[in-house]
Amino acid sequence: MNHRKAFRNGMRDGIPIALGYLAVSFTFGIMAKNAGMTAFQAVLMSLTNLTSAGQFAGLGIISASLSYAEMAFTQLVINLRYCLMSCALSQKLDQRASFFHRFFIAYGNTDEIFGICSCREEKLDPYYTYGAVSVASPGWAFGTFLGVVSGSILPDQVLSALGVALYGMFIAVIVPPAKNSRIIAGVVLVSMVASLIFTLVPVLNMISSGFRIIILTLLIAGGAAVLFPVKEEAYQ
Amino acid sequence: MSHNIYIYILVMAGVTYLIRLLPLTFIRKEIKNTYIRSFLYYVPYVTLSVMTFPAILTATQSIWSALIGFIAAIVVAYRGASLVKVSAAACLAVFLMELIPGI
Repeated sequence: MNHRKAFRNGMRDGIPIALGYLAVSFTFGIMAKNAGMTAFQAVLMSLTNLTSAGQFAGLGIISASLSYAEMAFTQLVINLRYCLMSCALSQKLDQRASFFHRFFIAYGNTDEIFGICSCREEKLDPYYTYGAVSVASPGWAFGTFLGVVSGSILPDQVLSALGVALYGMFIAVIVPPAKNSRIIAGVVLVSMVASLIFTLVPVLNMISSGFRIIILTLLIAGGAAVLFPVKEEAYQ
Repeated sequence: MSHNIYIYILVMAGVTYLIRLLPLTFIRKEIKNTYIRSFLYYVPYVTLSVMTFPAILTATQSIWSALIGFIAAIVVAYRGASLVKVSAAACLAVFLMELIPGI
């Protein structure tokens, strides 16, 4: 596979991610400013962390001036889902892929980039990930910057519309395989219904979204693996 | 004691990066166990579905515009459109829907 082409494809698929990031990080920038951070600090945090829930939680801890240990623990709990995603991604990579590639891919393993990198038949070309990161990461940083310095440059209607960009991208990733496989369609449906139940039912809805993802992934992907083990051909 | 903002950022970035890095560097071999392979195969479909629904319904100014955006994305994706087009269709549907007074 041609690396340059893979990089270009990654950049193309990174566009909706960047737009979606813009909307979310814009809000993050406004909150960072309210927490007393400068534009430089907020953008530095966005560029080095590249995660939404973790950064929003981080702001709360900074505002409350909690200890570094509490910060580390909170990030661990909120971002633990990335561990599952990296495990899945490790099997999408060519096993000969160098440490060098693994170090860079790890940086870009956000929910969204994981989404476009993992739901594909063929092995993952690291350059596809780099293409997506090269567009998505500046989008995340730029939105943060805009949020801190302006606070009101994007009209509410535009922010609202961009609010579904990332979800639209997730749907674009899961619908085609679900169309071709009744098992995947079932897994998607069960996951959405279970997620709805976890949002509505008292007690269950007190579980944070990060843990909801981990619990449901272990249960549903685990269950699907028992009921419908994937045959070797699916990997070829 | 007051804390240094840059150390906070460093701690956050370090923890987040290690969570992402360790599985990628420790699992270098192709896993042979059918059960674990199947589990990892299903992981992205479950995580993405759980993250999308019902969260998408509260991502805009009104649940109705979000619902239309959700449906628009599914229809366009089902017809085989690219990532960019599906995402744009969802945004456009929300935008148009919110032009209607009272939504």
